[in-house]
Amino acid sequence: MGHDTNYQDREFKIIGTRVKRPDGIDKVTGRAKYGADAFAPGQLVGKVLRSPHAHAIIQKIDISKAEKLAGVKAIITSADLPDLTGSNRGMTDILENCMARGRALYHGHAVAAVAAIDEQTAKQALKLIKVTYKLLPHVTDVDEAMLPDAPIIQDFVLQDGKPSNIAGISTFGHGDVDAGFAEADVIVEKSYKTEQTHQGYIEPHACLANVSSDGSGELWVTTQGHFSFRVVCSTLLGLDMAKLKVTSSEIGGGFGGKTHVWTEPLALALSRKANRPVKLVMTRDEVFKASGPTSSTSMDIKIGAKKDGTITAATAMLRYQDGAFPGIWGMLGAMTAYACYDLKNVKTVGHDVLVNRPKVAAYRAPSAPMAAFGVESTMDLVANEIGMSPLDFRIKNAAKEGTQASYGPVYGPIGIGPTLEAVKKHPHMRAKLKKNQGRGMACGFWFNFGGQTCVDLNIGPDGTVSLTIGTIDVGGSRASLSLIVAEELGIPYDQVRTNIGDTASLGHNDTTEGSRGTFSSGMAAIFAARDAVGVLRERAAKMWDIPVDDVVWADGVATATGAKHSNLPPLTLAAIAAKAASTGGPIAGHNEVVADNAGVSFASHICDVEVDPETGSTKIIRYTVIQDAGKAIHPDYVEGQFQGGAAQGIGWALNEEYIYGADGCLQNTGFLDYRIPVCSDLPFIDTQILEIPNPNHPYGVRGVGETSIVPPLAAIGNAVSHAAGVRMTHIPMSAPRILKAIDDAKA
Amino acid sequence: MRYETPTTTKEAATLLHKEKGQAHILAGGTDLLVRMKMGMTEPTLVVDIKHIPAMQAITKSAAGFKIGATVCGAAMTEHAALGKAWPGIVEAANLIGSDQIQGRCTMVGNLCNGSPAADSVPAMIAAGAKAIIVGKDKRRTVAVDKIVTGPGKTSLAKGEVIEAITLPARLPRSGDAYLRFTPRTEMDIAVVSAAVNLTLQRGVVKTARVVLGAVAPTAVIVAKAAKAIIGTKLDDEALEKLAAACSAACNPIDDKRGTIEYRTKVAGVLAKRAAKIAYQRAGGTL
Repeated sequence: MGHDTNYQDREFKIIGTRVKRPDGIDKVTGRAKYGADAFAPGQLVGKVLRSPHAHAIIQKIDISKAEKLAGVKAIITSADLPDLTGSNRGMTDILENCMARGRALYHGHAVAAVAAIDEQTAKQALKLIKVTYKLLPHVTDVDEAMLPDAPIIQDFVLQDGKPSNIAGISTFGHGDVDAGFAEADVIVEKSYKTEQTHQGYIEPHACLANVSSDGSGELWVTTQGHFSFRVVCSTLLGLDMAKLKVTSSEIGGGFGGKTHVWTEPLALALSRKANRPVKLVMTRDEVFKASGPTSSTSMDIKIGAKKDGTITAATAMLRYQDGAFPGIWGMLGAMTAYACYDLKNVKTVGHDVLVNRPKVAAYRAPSAPMAAFGVESTMDLVANEIGMSPLDFRIKNAAKEGTQASYGPVYGPIGIGPTLEAVKKHPHMRAKLKKNQGRGMACGFWFNFGGQTCVDLNIGPDGTVSLTIGTIDVGGSRASLSLIVAEELGIPYDQVRTNIGDTASLGHNDTTEGSRGTFSSGMAAIFAARDAVGVLRERAAKMWDIPVDDVVWADGVATATGAKHSNLPPLTLAAIAAKAASTGGPIAGHNEVVADNAGVSFASHICDVEVDPETGSTKIIRYTVIQDAGKAIHPDYVEGQFQGGAAQGIGWALNEEYIYGADGCLQNTGFLDYRIPVCSDLPFIDTQILEIPNPNHPYGVRGVGETSIVPPLAAIGNAVSHAAGVRMTHIPMSAPRILKAIDDAKA
Repeated sequence: MRYETPTTTKEAATLLHKEKGQAHILAGGTDLLVRMKMGMTEPTLVVDIKHIPAMQAITKSAAGFKIGATVCGAAMTEHAALGKAWPGIVEAANLIGSDQIQGRCTMVGNLCNGSPAADSVPAMIAAGAKAIIVGKDKRRTVAVDKIVTGPGKTSLAKGEVIEAITLPARLPRSGDAYLRFTPRTEMDIAVVSAAVNLTLQRGVVKTARVVLGAVAPTAVIVAKAAKAIIGTKLDDEALEKLAAACSAACNPIDDKRGTIEYRTKVAGVLAKRAAKIAYQRAGGTL
């Protein structure tokens, strides 16, 4: 849009201060409205019938009894959702995932849905629907799914012309790894496994769908991307995109899991059929079974190095399961695996593998934590073999400006080196370890994303400023964006309020993913504010009746310049706004941008643990996150992202896992047996923000939300391995796994 | 579903006895409401016992303590005399759920839920606790270890209600302790647990009771483990024998919470540690 997106070094007045978030009071008092908090007159309750089997042909769905139950207003099956997706395979997969089409592909796959006058009636109706299944053999393990005789999940997936569960093979790297390994003094090769985890957001998926008989519709929903939900829902249901208004609720956590639709198209279809509003809230059991957890993986990592610590070659063979539909998760693992290092010879291969599990969705830096676990554990082993400290070994091989990344591009200014130097200086590294304690560290990388963004800035008659954005606020971005507008306009933070607009009030905004919220809406907010400053100068010039070139905007006021006018008293924003009606109408600023070149973000984590050698139980003693933020707009929320990623990583490393039985059914569909950490499981997580400006953002901002979950699996893995004296290669490192490893090592 | 709030135990027993459908007792509701929400049970009658005065207090007498069936975990924690006499029981009851759950959950509920992993049950059995049972026509008193007969099953007849738990008078130089392993520090369920109650005479263990949880269909009294430490000052050899006896007494399952191998080994580890704590609480020095 002709705006200069380059970084400009400047003194900030308000950026970097720790102001109160505008949504804080409402959230702690319960006034904030989440997905399940909307009500419409005459609303019905929607409920979904799900497959009790891992893999089965749906021979017959008999809804005759359920239909006759008093209070049942609509029942839908896949027959009510004709395929309108054309030849768009990705969209067809979404449709089939929302409601099974002839075949249930995983335990919990939706088979039918009901709308009834209340929850009890809806539940009773589900019981009255009779589904006849013919069971098929199933596979839930990624390695087993790659065997030649494995049950085939999707017929359209072929390898060498034959049906296969390998939906994609992605290769990255450069140089000659064979030659590199031949040069190595030390080569370490190790295999690793990680189990499937869920984002664990506290708020379940919830929506209120309301389709009118005139073909227009409204959807209130907890989502990371209401514009994307509009695209998907209108496509699947054949609705006119402009006639479907999607409003995002407050969000109780997403971490990638709310980038996809799960039951929303069903709620819309039920509402259309019943001609009534339908509220559909998933239970926790349904969230675990049928939303989008992250991949389980199996990996072979090989690193060769010279005695002086130079890595001569590195490879990674990665197998990621995508659930029942093709994804890009193995590919992302292969891209991120060695992104922290400057390597002459590197090759990574990512396999995307289908299994009878729910469709995998993004989870905070999706796919990177698992690859980092394999690579960073092996880095530790190589360092040990050549007798170098793991930190110095990493410093020696760290990527820097000009390094060709293992996934292709050449880096600009980056933060991996500085985070490692900061580790070296951090007091954590000098803290004394006691008996049964161990220290580990690891590095992590995430790409970050920019994408399509559109904001509106409106100045009210009283001079207060309203910023409307289309990226939902998942981590304090409304406070950060208000800070940006206040900085640009030179006004106090309290004079700015940021709101999230619905899909009818702004142009398309990409989903809030890839740590893009503050980066991209921040960039658009800067330009919109500058746009508004232009208008403010024009209005001031009009009020003074002087040329606009003689008006400057600084510190929140218009000042006339030049010998002729400089005696005029400055005009405040409020004074100009008050006269808007007579100077040309409402004052506003706008911006539409494709925010390219989101700067990559690196982190290094340090972790101390204590392992009870008799029970295998692990306690996190100290944890430090050091990460490059580019520029921390609101340091509290940057630190919050650092701590949140580490906390999720700690849960993943030690306890969280999807447990499938031999029958292919998920056994732990609640927070009792899917153990995210509670407060008392965690130490205070220390943070250090580094600011290496992103050259492609006016303030130097980089996304900060995701990188923090990349190093923990490996940092904790290394710490546990040192504390227990045995190398842990299987995540989660639950107490039984650790105790077995200790006992096996003794035997 | 009918909801009743009787004010005497006998009235509650009569209501339960008469009900033809599925009847449940509601105290704190921390198990029942979860089961109802998950669709595991659909009661036709819920009898809320919280309005029965005889169930509401902790009382101390020469015979020991009586803890009413609706006394919640938090109330036990706040009762100084109970905590001083039976710290193992109080800490076991206090491990159930979270702070919020502690304000609702009861030891009798924990017992009657029939879970092999119930935290307060091994501690009660180790203490020699008894249950006062009220039926439509008669009362009886039964040792707590006779209540649970298998996962989710009890020896209570239809219409029988536990009114209170009694703990014997505490002898001098006695101590008890309860330890469990859970992957999380709280809001979790025991993968394996151990309770030890003992009395000392001149630093030597005179009587002892060792009980394991979550390693068999019901809590297990390990007489051999008690024997291993009676007559000793909890020297290493005695502790190893105790651990070996505990491991030998395990008959656990492999499930999502733990393996047979893990439970068997850690049962011994926890019993050793609990024995040491109980020994020190009884005034012994290690």
